Amino acid sequence: MPHIDRRIYEHPIITFNRGKRVIFYFEGHPIEAYEGESVAVALYALGVDVFSWSPKFSRPRGPFCMIGKCSSCFMTINGVPNIKACKYPVREGLVVERQRGWGLLAKSSILEDYKPASSEKIETDVLVIGGGPAGLIAALTAANYDLNVVIVDEHFKLGGQLLKQTHKFFGNVELFGGLRGFQIAEELAKKIALEKRIRVLMSTIAYGVFRGGYVGVVGENAHYIIKPKALIIATGAQEKYLDFPNNDLPGVIGAGGAQTIMNEFGVKPGESALVVGSGNVGLIVAYQLLQAGVRVRAVIEILPEIGGWFIHAAKIRRYGIPILTRHTIKYVEGDVRVRKATIIAVDEKFNPLPGTEKEFDVDLVLLAIGLEPDSRLAIQAGAVVKYMPELGGFVPVRTRFLETTVKNMYIAGDISGIEEATAAMLEGKIASLAIVSRLVDTSRSSKALEEAEKVLKFLWEEYRASPLLLRAKRGKEAVTISINELEDLRKKFPSPVSFG
Amino acid sequence: MLGEKKPIIICRCNDVTIEDIINAVETGIDDFEVLRKYLKIGFGPCQGRSCLLLAARIFAKLTGRRIEEVISEYRVRPPIVPIPARVLLAGVIE
Repeated sequence: MPHIDRRIYEHPIITFNRGKRVIFYFEGHPIEAYEGESVAVALYALGVDVFSWSPKFSRPRGPFCMIGKCSSCFMTINGVPNIKACKYPVREGLVVERQRGWGLLAKSSILEDYKPASSEKIETDVLVIGGGPAGLIAALTAANYDLNVVIVDEHFKLGGQLLKQTHKFFGNVELFGGLRGFQIAEELAKKIALEKRIRVLMSTIAYGVFRGGYVGVVGENAHYIIKPKALIIATGAQEKYLDFPNNDLPGVIGAGGAQTIMNEFGVKPGESALVVGSGNVGLIVAYQLLQAGVRVRAVIEILPEIGGWFIHAAKIRRYGIPILTRHTIKYVEGDVRVRKATIIAVDEKFNPLPGTEKEFDVDLVLLAIGLEPDSRLAIQAGAVVKYMPELGGFVPVRTRFLETTVKNMYIAGDISGIEEATAAMLEGKIASLAIVSRLVDTSRSSKALEEAEKVLKFLWEEYRASPLLLRAKRGKEAVTISINELEDLRKKFPSPVSFG
Repeated sequence: MLGEKKPIIICRCNDVTIEDIINAVETGIDDFEVLRKYLKIGFGPCQGRSCLLLAARIFAKLTGRRIEEVISEYRVRPPIVPIPARVLLAGVIE
């Protein structure tokens, strides 16, 4: 076992209140961890860089997304293989082992304890998939109108990616202006806990939508079949991946994955970093790395111009971090972890210019090249989707109330096209109010619709009016359709599934 | 490890490399869905959440098409995430 402590004890803006000390076992070694940490983070904090070995080439794999979207951290926990260690909370006495390729089902002795999952059928008014900013606001809004809500979230803590956002939000109090992302997550989680009409299924994930309007949801030991009157899919996004030699080496991490490690869990992702991509995520992560005590060697950008906002770029330049435009990554090297990254300049057609290589001794290469909406559940349900580069990938076509071509199935947040948390919360509110207006009596229905119109007006005419948000706004306009167009699409591409 | 070689991995779940895609295109595969089935791109536990768009971009470039042309037939089938064997042991919920 390596003897490193990557936990952060001093941070300029975050106080990491670690939970009770627990001991679990990793390949025979006792591991000290704190309640509230994931198995993956607890191991990484002590210097475990390799989480698994790949199935065909047995290549080492380390943390990548850290939010349950990829497969790099699959481990065998208490004899059960293929568990996402990034989503598994530490507990006293856990037995954790790494896998070479896909793990095998446990030995017969353990299989005897392998009891069938509990099963439950749930009927509810609104089912929300995803407990991030969009999903939580949607749930609270519906509960406020006395509807019953079930929230399904894969993590063991509510808040989604708010948990790793450390910047202060803009806007008024209603939009949580002045609060940092993780503080908003705390506030929302507190409100949810007080709502008797909201049932939260933590550490669970939706695996499919089925005929008759059923949604299948699984947890470690539980199976739920949920029949809601309306469904809101708020599954967020995953990080995009990039092709360069050795791109799977541990130390090549998604920028968001690194944010989870350092901002949510208070663990240093490495010592010295190169950031690939100068959009807002790349620029912000560079600054947050500095706050976590990581040296940032450079931010590189393949385009001739910096992608993110001037204010963020200026901030990291003040700290002397070069932003190298017209540069791309050539390859990374290392044995079981990145040791060195080589970058190269490109011409206007993005062809590499030999002789312009620069080497950096770094143990971290962060990919901040964009996010892709996680629209798989909506696509599986039969929603008509469109590939929209300006929104990050496939997004469901929707009305302005965010209903998809699957009846009573709504979307909110990054799944509808990549923006950020404030837009996600506003979308969650709109979708939820639209559902409310269909499910409550006439007088309250018109009140909900009025409220929805107000939020819509603010979202489209004020919030998205900023020229900085123009690209996403245009993308969203292009996939927002009228009721008549929706009806036409439903006739043309009938979905086998509907809700309500 | 692959010795001194530095492979470019496209699908991390199933260890599909960029070379695999290039070779498949040279063999004559000109349909992205066929390529996916041939190389099992996105057939692993992450179900293409890491690789699908990257693979599509590379395939589009190799075949001289736009990315939206090559992925228009994309389908998602349940289960969209891995489910524990315990759930299968539990059987059907009536």
